Amino acid sequence: MRVPLAWLRCLCDPGLSAEELGERLDLTGTEVERIERVGVGSADNFVIGKVMSAEKHPDADRLSVCRVDDGSGEPRTIVCGAPNVAAGQTVAVALPGAVMPDGTELGEAKLRGVRSSGMILAEDEVGIGGDHDGIMVLADELEAGAALTDALPIADEVLELEITPNRPDCLSVYGVAREVHAATGADLAQDPAATDAGATGGSPADSMVSVEIADPDICLRFTGRVFEGVGVRASPEWLKQRLTAAGQRPISNVVDITNYVMLCTGQPLHAFDLDYVRGGRIVVRGAKEGEQMVTLDGVERTLGADVALVCDADGPSGIAGVMGGQVSEVSGATSRVLMEAATWVGPNILRTSKALGLRTEASARFEKQLHPELALAAQRLAAKLMVDLCGARMAPGTIDVYPSPAKPRVVALRLDRIEQLLGARVPEKVVRRILEALGFEVQSAGDALLEVTVPTWRDADVQREADLIEEVARIHGLEKLPITLPARERAVGRLTPRQRLRRRSEDTLRDRGMHEVVGWSFTSPQALERLRIGDAPSLVLANPLSEDGSVMRSLLLPGLLDAAAHNRARGAGGVGLFESAHVYAPDGPLDAPEGSPGGLAPAAERHHLAALLTPVAPGGWRSQGRPADFYAAKGLVDALGATAGVELVAEPGSRPFLHPGRSAAVLAPDGGEIGWIGELHPLVAGAWDLEEAAAFELDFDALSEAAPGPAAYRDLTSLPAVLQDIAVVTPEEVSAATILALVREAGGELLISARVFDVYAGEQVGEGNRSLAIRLEFRAADRTLTDDEVAARRDAIESALGSIGGRLRG
Amino acid sequence: MPEAPARLTEIRGEGEAAIEAAGSAAELEELRVRYLGRKAELTQMLRSIGELPPQQRGPVGKGANEVKRALEGLLDSRTSALAASELDERLRTDAIDVTLPGDPPAAPGHLHLITETRREIEDVFLGLGFSVAEGPEVEFDYYNFTALNHPPDHPARMLADTFYFTDEVLLRTHTSPMQVRAMEETEPPIYIIVPGKVYRRDSDATHTPMFHQVEGLAVDDDITLGDLQGVLLEFARAIFGAERDIRLRPHYFPFTEPSVEVDVSCFACNGTGTLDRGARCNLCKGSGWIEILGSGMVDPNVLGFVAHNGYDPERVQGFAFGMGIERIAMLRHGVPDLRLFFENDVRFLEQFGR
Ligand SMILES: [Zn+2]
Repeated sequence: MRVPLAWLRCLCDPGLSAEELGERLDLTGTEVERIERVGVGSADNFVIGKVMSAEKHPDADRLSVCRVDDGSGEPRTIVCGAPNVAAGQTVAVALPGAVMPDGTELGEAKLRGVRSSGMILAEDEVGIGGDHDGIMVLADELEAGAALTDALPIADEVLELEITPNRPDCLSVYGVAREVHAATGADLAQDPAATDAGATGGSPADSMVSVEIADPDICLRFTGRVFEGVGVRASPEWLKQRLTAAGQRPISNVVDITNYVMLCTGQPLHAFDLDYVRGGRIVVRGAKEGEQMVTLDGVERTLGADVALVCDADGPSGIAGVMGGQVSEVSGATSRVLMEAATWVGPNILRTSKALGLRTEASARFEKQLHPELALAAQRLAAKLMVDLCGARMAPGTIDVYPSPAKPRVVALRLDRIEQLLGARVPEKVVRRILEALGFEVQSAGDALLEVTVPTWRDADVQREADLIEEVARIHGLEKLPITLPARERAVGRLTPRQRLRRRSEDTLRDRGMHEVVGWSFTSPQALERLRIGDAPSLVLANPLSEDGSVMRSLLLPGLLDAAAHNRARGAGGVGLFESAHVYAPDGPLDAPEGSPGGLAPAAERHHLAALLTPVAPGGWRSQGRPADFYAAKGLVDALGATAGVELVAEPGSRPFLHPGRSAAVLAPDGGEIGWIGELHPLVAGAWDLEEAAAFELDFDALSEAAPGPAAYRDLTSLPAVLQDIAVVTPEEVSAATILALVREAGGELLISARVFDVYAGEQVGEGNRSLAIRLEFRAADRTLTDDEVAARRDAIESALGSIGGRLRG
Repeated sequence: MPEAPARLTEIRGEGEAAIEAAGSAAELEELRVRYLGRKAELTQMLRSIGELPPQQRGPVGKGANEVKRALEGLLDSRTSALAASELDERLRTDAIDVTLPGDPPAAPGHLHLITETRREIEDVFLGLGFSVAEGPEVEFDYYNFTALNHPPDHPARMLADTFYFTDEVLLRTHTSPMQVRAMEETEPPIYIIVPGKVYRRDSDATHTPMFHQVEGLAVDDDITLGDLQGVLLEFARAIFGAERDIRLRPHYFPFTEPSVEVDVSCFACNGTGTLDRGARCNLCKGSGWIEILGSGMVDPNVLGFVAHNGYDPERVQGFAFGMGIERIAMLRHGVPDLRLFFENDVRFLEQFGR
């Protein structure tokens, strides 16, 4: 909302600068986005002038040489290019030295040989309107030499306010003036809409047009007045200046009046050329599905059944509350005007304007639900202006269709409740003063209890005690509140074990040199195609910003690949990246229950931990770089398992995007699959311009569920363990997991750990074989083991290995 | 053998001189054999002591043993002295270039700045007695809007451009849905913060379609707007410095009443709006204050949706707030562009989250 300060000051003037006023409004709940200066920078050297003579320039047909009385006693010569300049006019003059709105300083100039000292001004030259066809002709009673600002606010400031959706009353200059009044205590002028024009016409309004609300669900009130003998012409300069400063383009007096009244009161109006209201009849109804009409902007629109229409006898004449129709548009030839001020149902207007993609000044107000009382106020102010500015005669009577008149809203306010909510007591007389300044009526209703009648313009926003307390708090001043901390008798703050594990897991990866990334939660169908999982079920957005972000990711890998590709393209080829975030998948149909879903989530959402490695080279000056192979990725998974205290098992298993021979499924101790590890399939790596890459992705929620609670003490110090290293030779296709499983089983209870620490293949173990060096740790809880006991277990292991063609070496 | 004592004196003199002069362990070993070995003169003398007249045996034996001990002692001390200097010499030649880097090289990883900031915010509120709750990002309209006092067709729904899956299911536009979920789950009192991803259908220089928020909710029987101010002041000082102040400005959110926006005093200009040399402070645009979050007292209508679980608006009251993690991080670290957070360029990532 743009509020011209000169206009505002006519209604309430606290004597503050724009900045000071802006700050005060900010601190009482009306946010000032910025303060804009309009018109000229300084009013100096802009004066009223009288054209004493205007003669054709000797050498230029289009120019006139004028002698202008600027009040100095010495007529000045001004060469003027406007076609409408004539002797006897009172005009606006810029003298040499005047600074124009674009910052240039006016000097003396020679135009085709005639010296011109000054300029006779057109509207657009001082920011009053858009007209550049001719100079402004001002009222004759203005005196030559007087400052132009006395007649026209040529140097104005505009407060650009961000009005929250609950305050349609502040989408009006008078509404803002009321806020200024409450916030500063400055006097508030009488409401410009408080007084009415007198009817002067002959036949009553309702004899010329009838109004029917066929659908009361879309219209709460429809009022109409009829004006005859309307002279449609340009508006006076003061009106143009206010509209222009407020961001509206002046059009003609009738249209300008509707806009001006809307800006002043907050109630949008619509003016019909009554001669084009077919059948002299207005019917308010819902559109038929597919019904069409041409709106004022010349666009043919197809309407849905929800749209509220203002129709005449032959069809639609306007989209209610949004935009009028071309059929009854006011033109220069209009002489009879039907002025509509109606109250539409906010949600319906919001839906309509969304459906049509058409948001107007009118719909932006109606969608916030205006009060029906405002319609008549707007009619009063409009009538005065129609009579004053258009020379119109108002027909007697106001057409007023108002099926269910609204009742005043009365809200009880407990003074104790104010203190309970704010933490500070506000004295009753302060409460009264604040509420009354805002237009509330306050009655005492008992001990520390007030009965507050809500003004119509705040009816949608203030309905409960808490709403009144907010009014008191914001005007009283939030800076007066105490600074306290909650007593918190029954609350403690702590992270859950899962949250702590999440932090430690992220730290584990960080401490292994990995960089955490944050990828988009959405991805593209193409990315899933490139991952060769394009047909997996996924959640699809109905209104994505683009196809690139239309599908919710069901795994973190695509974001990691995008990040690796981004960095590679910028010269950082070797990276280790990880992400810790949600992934999403459908969990049955996306149905919502009636009422609360009772804590259910609409989709299957899991927290994942994933990482992607590309080769890092060189390493150090005496160490290797970090490869990006299966085992590098598995090392990270093992580290995460160790962090969680969960022994993770990898067994052969693949995904479409992984190298089929170098990938594994990761199993939790209960055998459930919680993720994967693998080198990327070369086609997938290639699709992201990577040569080789390894990755893993784990379901962190599952990992966290598998994590054990507090560890129970085991006595590992009183009795010594026996360590033995063995070398197991098997055919190379026997997996390490198979060998370890056999070793563990044969080792029995006394064998408490078996760990591979070397792998050898070569001449010494024979073609097609490989040797795993395994460290065995034997321990008994209750005794020191004898050599015989350990030897027996070792023998058992040796003979078990025979079953898979294995043997012990050395 | 009247000459024996004299000979002992000679042997001792010669031996001591030779040992002193020896320059290596090998030479000393040779001298040990020559003077103390089986065939050495001294050894022979001791061995043939029995052949001496009885009255000479005592003094000669004693003298010979004395010489033997002296030479032995001297040999031992010279041997260890020589060994020590040989070790010193060897260590000296073993010296390395200590200025080469350690190996394998340090490869420091980094948490994302969003994670680092989120954890710091969490830690502040953990200390203030809040727990951390998380909720789904794919959310029902009910939790995202309806139960937060945004009835259907409410103009406030226009404030957030929403991503939808269906009419009823959307990507949450704020972390606030967890307010209602948490109150459905837990009876009062409740003190939680809710960090997480949120989504708005918006993409330009200052908006990304995904970003992160931290929601806060405290409901108890006596929570006041003054308490909100106290909690947020502690937060602002923990994150932006002990000298910071905050101020509340009235605002509008559908799910709080009264609603306020919270500003922190500018840390670039110390709240003056002006920098050292009189220039206008760009960070706060000369106002001395920076907006950091929105908050307010939980609207009675919101409590009404969970009144069955002990949240009778006449019996309990509380505050809620919500802040953008990226915004806090940008302010705190001077990050100029929101999009940097999601490009994942390692040159950005490496600067934070040690
Ligand atoms: Zn500053």
